[in-house]
Parts: sequence; C-alpha cells; structure tokens
Amino acid sequence: MYPSSTSAAETELIEPGSNAPDFSLPNQDGEDVKLADFAGKRLVLCFYPGDFSSVCSDQLSLYESVKEDLAEAGAVVVGVSVDSGYCHAAFAEKLGLSMPLLADFHPKGEVSASFGAYSPDFGCSSRSLFLIEPDGVVSWVHHSPPLEIPGANLIFDALSP
Amino acid sequence: MADLTSAQVPPVGPEDHLRGEGQEVILYVDLACAHCAATWQGISDLSLTICFRHFPLPSQHPRSPLLHAAAEAAALQGGFWPFVDRLFADRGRTDDPHIWEAVSEMGFDLDRFQRDRRSTQVEERVQRDFRSGVRAGVSSTPGAFVSGVAVTPPLHRALRSLSGN
Repeated sequence: MYPSSTSAAETELIEPGSNAPDFSLPNQDGEDVKLADFAGKRLVLCFYPGDFSSVCSDQLSLYESVKEDLAEAGAVVVGVSVDSGYCHAAFAEKLGLSMPLLADFHPKGEVSASFGAYSPDFGCSSRSLFLIEPDGVVSWVHHSPPLEIPGANLIFDALSP
Repeated sequence: MADLTSAQVPPVGPEDHLRGEGQEVILYVDLACAHCAATWQGISDLSLTICFRHFPLPSQHPRSPLLHAAAEAAALQGGFWPFVDRLFADRGRTDDPHIWEAVSEMGFDLDRFQRDRRSTQVEERVQRDFRSGVRAGVSSTPGAFVSGVAVTPPLHRALRSLSGN
C-alpha cells in the first residue's frame, strides 16, 4: 500500500531550467535505454510508485490512450519505477502498454533520486513528471501526491507553445 | 498540436445523454469498469440529473471501446439508458452474443445496430466525450463534475450527499 500523502523525507525535485541528469536503465525488454537516445526529441519522464498498483495502472492506461496525440505533439513518454525489468514486462503486457518502462531497480531508485523523484521512506519513485527538451534541459516538472494522477491534459499544457 | 490541453468541462448540451431530475452531475464513465458499475448501482436511486459521458480506457478494459460504441448504437434506436443499465447490472455478460441477445430483447434492429456500432459517427461521438474528459482532467473512472467542478471521490457518497438522500 502506498502512502496517501507526500513524505517529508522525499528528495528535492530538480528545477525547470536544469540539465536533465544522465541515465542508463534497462527497459522491459532488457535493452539499455539512455537519455542520449532521446536527443532531439521531447521526452516526458513519468516516475511512478509501482507496477500493478491501481493508481499507477490508471495513470499509465490514461497516457497510453492518448499516445497518438502525444506523438503528434512530438513527445515520447517513458515510465520509470523501481520495479525490475521482468515486472515491467508483465505490467506492460497486462495493460498493453507500448511505452518504454525503465527499471530503476539496482542501485535501487538511483535515477529517480537524481531527479528528486524518490521517496526513501517508502522505497519507491514518487509520482512525478518531467518534460525534457531536445537539448536535454528540463522545461517542466510536476509532482503529485501518491494517490493523485496527473491528468494527461497537464502534459499537453506543458507541450503546448 | 493535438488539442488536449486543459479546458473546462463542457456544459451539458443537446447531444448529451441525460436522465433524472435534480442537481445536474456530469459523469465520465467506462462501461467495462468495475468501479463505474458499483458507483452506478450506488447512485441509481438518487434525485440527480445524470449526464453520461464516455471515457473508455482500453488498456485497463480491452472491450471498453466496443461497449461504448454499442451503447451509442443503442442510443440511435432510442435505447441508450436501458442498454447501459443492462451492461452495468450484468457485467459477466458483455460479450458479443450477450449484446446481440440484449439488442434483440429490447426490440432493436440488429442489422442496423451492427452497422451503427462500427460507424465513424459513433466512434467520433465516443471520442468527443473522451477528449473533453481528458481536457477537463479526468484521470480515472468514474469521474464526476458538478457545476463545472470535479467531485472528490468516493463519488457515491458525495453524490448521495448532494442529492439530499
């Protein structure tokens, strides 16, 4: 069960205008995915607490439902949690997700923490969104309480000129 | 740019599905969603004007788009509400043969129903609701709005209080 409020012990989110921390994590197919792979694209990194939880399932299902609109807006959405690649594969299959899911599994939560999106109290990524521009600069950050899903409209607001 | 940026929930219009009397509530519903079915049963006896809007999430419920299209096809023959009530009342019987049986028992033209549920008109009708919900910030189902403001879950409790029941 995830907490119903934000933990005071959460790491501090990086600020818009910062360079995105570099990362290399395995996806659900066991392939390494790096920040550099998205150079020239607008990347939405979606940190979430855990595969198969009801709220995270709702969140990723919602984003999957608007994937064509996101692609039209020139954005790629990538999910990140501390679950393993095997767990991600099962989760993606269950929901029919087409987006990459990155396993911040070992060292646990290291990439999440580098974005300030890790909750040490609960040992999981905190529900946060980051828009990374083609030049690698973070232009938008959104953090939600664990049980609150950021609507897809917020992503489109961030992507709009 | 696809226009799914934030916007107020659209007010009730002539093409919306409305039922009941009392305080107007706009409900964004997934017809294959268990929470929606439970909420539906919990609010069915309340004095409210329910405005039904489609919000299918096929990742969670692969048959959802099909059921929403079927509901719109039923609406074209004047049977939207009985069809929706039947789906929610018997969630174990929503495969095609069950739907054909329901349509026949309701006295609809089955051939027309089959054509309508696959029509562009019906698909666009469902998508229009879905996109308005996305723009209004609906992120899971059911989602509700009263006077343009999102209702905080649990919905059946909030709506029961609103209706004075």
